[in-house]
Amino acid sequence: MLSQFLQFMFSGVTVGATYALAALGFALIYNASNVINFAQGEFIMLGGMLTVFFLKTGLPMPVALVLAVAIPAVVGVLVEKLAIEPAKGAEVVGLIIITIGASLVLRGLVQIWFGKGAATFPAFSGDAPIAVGGAALAPQTLWVLGITAAIVVALWLFFNRTLAGKAILATSFDPLAAQLVGINTQWVLLVSFALSAAIGAIGGILLTPITMTSYDVGIMLGLKGFVAAVVGGLGSGLGAVVGGLMVGIIEALSAGYISSAYKDAAPFLLIFVVLFFLPRGLFGAKATERV
Amino acid sequence: MALLEVSDLSITFGGVLAVQNVSFSVEAGVVYSVIGPNGAGKTTLFNLITGIYRPKSGDVRLDGEMVTGRPPHELARKGVARTFQNLQICMNMTAIENVMLGGHLSVDRNLIKGMLRFSSVRRADAVLREKSAELMAYVGLGAYVDADASVMPYGALKRLEIARAMAARPRILFLDEPAAGFNPTETTEIDGLVRKIANSGITVVLVEHDMKMVMNISDRILVLNYGKKLTEGAAREVRRDPAVIAAYLGKAA
Amino acid sequence: MMRTNYGLFILAAILLALPLLLPNTYYFDIANRMAINAIVVLGLNLLIGYAGQISLGHAGFFGIGAYASAVLTTHFSWPPIAALCAGAAGAALIAAAIAPPIFRLRGHYLAMATLGLGIVISIVLKNEASYTGGPDGMSVSPLSVFGWEIFGERQWYWLFAGILLFSVWACQNLIDSPFGRALRALHGSEVASQVVGVGAARYKATIFVLSAFFASIMGSLTAHYVGFVTPDTAEFSHSIELVTMVVVGGMASVYGSVIGAVLLTALPQALTTLEGWETVAFGTILMLSMIFLPKGLGPTLAAKFGSAR
Repeated sequence: MLSQFLQFMFSGVTVGATYALAALGFALIYNASNVINFAQGEFIMLGGMLTVFFLKTGLPMPVALVLAVAIPAVVGVLVEKLAIEPAKGAEVVGLIIITIGASLVLRGLVQIWFGKGAATFPAFSGDAPIAVGGAALAPQTLWVLGITAAIVVALWLFFNRTLAGKAILATSFDPLAAQLVGINTQWVLLVSFALSAAIGAIGGILLTPITMTSYDVGIMLGLKGFVAAVVGGLGSGLGAVVGGLMVGIIEALSAGYISSAYKDAAPFLLIFVVLFFLPRGLFGAKATERV
Repeated sequence: MALLEVSDLSITFGGVLAVQNVSFSVEAGVVYSVIGPNGAGKTTLFNLITGIYRPKSGDVRLDGEMVTGRPPHELARKGVARTFQNLQICMNMTAIENVMLGGHLSVDRNLIKGMLRFSSVRRADAVLREKSAELMAYVGLGAYVDADASVMPYGALKRLEIARAMAARPRILFLDEPAAGFNPTETTEIDGLVRKIANSGITVVLVEHDMKMVMNISDRILVLNYGKKLTEGAAREVRRDPAVIAAYLGKAA
Repeated sequence: MMRTNYGLFILAAILLALPLLLPNTYYFDIANRMAINAIVVLGLNLLIGYAGQISLGHAGFFGIGAYASAVLTTHFSWPPIAALCAGAAGAALIAAAIAPPIFRLRGHYLAMATLGLGIVISIVLKNEASYTGGPDGMSVSPLSVFGWEIFGERQWYWLFAGILLFSVWACQNLIDSPFGRALRALHGSEVASQVVGVGAARYKATIFVLSAFFASIMGSLTAHYVGFVTPDTAEFSHSIELVTMVVVGGMASVYGSVIGAVLLTALPQALTTLEGWETVAFGTILMLSMIFLPKGLGPTLAAKFGSAR
């Protein structure tokens, strides 16, 4: 009983960490530009796919990993420059369509270059499962949790302890005011996209040894990351992490205890439950309209 | 029995007691003004009475009927109309459509009949359009009938809101700073318009900063300060009240 | 304010003339698909463009209609029209039930809730394989009304063209009516519309139900037309396609809806020649059209030719 529960929790927290990273990416970009970046899922996909690619070309693992994070960061900047910037002032729906267009382009390009097949690479420290309370814990899970936690802490330090981080936060509260005190809001936007893409890519890399990767993993991962971000409260970093873990755990528990066919429905049903009681998500800002 | 009775109305935002235990009553057919320094809670009071906010405690009675906390669209049915301090004009429509919107409850709004272009619906709408054009002339916007709201100047839009509120043929009309941002000439014109409206029998409740206008036009005045009622009475008395003068000008005066 | 409806006459003329110009049934099929999309998009545009709301899960309603017709006629031998009505009623009921809670949400939260709705519907359709045939789908018998069967792209063309014409007329009427004015006012200023007596929640729910109704009916008809249904019809990607047609064609534009549907139905067909690059091309075109024509094609063209709506 307990070991089964633990097993489900492990897998839930693992995939939940990836959702948390995706949700953080959404939160970053939303805060910087009020845009929901539907291409976020593709950054996650790129992390895994690029690692596979570089390993195949014979590059050593560390180099492959660095490239698999750096390149999506560059792609993120490109998406901002080529898709978001030219569309300044478009309506929310229009911006959504643009990022969807960007995600199609990215997915299409990967499909052409790497084909439709699934691929993977070896886990960072082997596959020998560790027995915990009767459940099997894959070592890769520890990597996922450890690195995710490290990223969350690093981000917290960045935003609360460095000037650059505070500049980004200031921009998210009031872009005009930030400009007026000399913050380069253009730069803030670029950094947000790059950071968001890099974080997403890392999440994708960490998850690949467990779930494999292919050109279209980004769709569901991105969507669920979006769910996590909304459930947690759009724009809230803490909300993104909590939301991500919640989504992952609920998904794993319903797959285990209810039915694996409906496991994909669980995150989306969660939306209804959370938003019914908290229309702005768990930690979302309450807005009052001044009339 | 007064048309509007407000008793002990209160609301808090976060830790701020925006309106505290405010009570007053408005007789039918008067011009009743609410004044007070910025931040005194005047607009919040309006929002409480017109259903935009729900009060923490207190009652609002319209013609004896309890209407506390009822949503705005229900209050509209009881003859309550209002304008907004920060313009709430539908910029995606033409000027006359904005006014016709005010007459929403007077026409057949049925979805199916609308889709199938029933002649009864079209005829009623045509009548509404005529009346709305008349209203626009009444408020001095005759030239703007077919203009897009988005190209109209600020002053015209303020009048447009009044026309829209009038189209609802209200019993009681709440005007939130109708002269905000106006120069003295424009303020005199609005003053004249508000008088015209009051003389037609509609009860007018007014929030306004321009003291000349308020003193000219009001029958009774309520003074708010820091969310609380400072004093209330006939215009003449309130103007001389030392507490009111102090609140506006500071103790030194 | 009713002016002579030139647009409707032109559309009718085009629809009448088209069969003479289309060379073979392949083109009739494309024309039919354009009409189907256009009708669904007309309903969706009422919600998104005019009322200013959002739905990222509308394909779910389309799927409900499609599968209601498929399952009821195949497994339970219902007459097709009855199945179509049942599907539409089902979709309307679900929309009516879910509207009150979700329309208290705003912006991205509302988008997320509608997204979730669509995905849950598509997952249910995929999983209840005993009824729905699962991911592989199921076949559907042709549409027969009182013994008379509609068969072949040409016959279907006349049905779809007729429904399209009626829908355009009905939507224009709706926009010009007091109900339509209230809808547009909701988009312009929800507070202002509330104080004049427009109950925002009720109006949003009503238009949501109406657009779900449109989608479901077209889903049912499409099921009979194609002769086959798969859970893809209710998928997120289909919902996005529909929203894209609304936005690219022009929000708050009746003819924009038609234009958007026509273009974005034709586009994938035209792109098949690109062999593998279709996704990239489609995505690029989406981005470019939103960047350079943010108001959509309909309003941009209308502005050039000076006509209203």
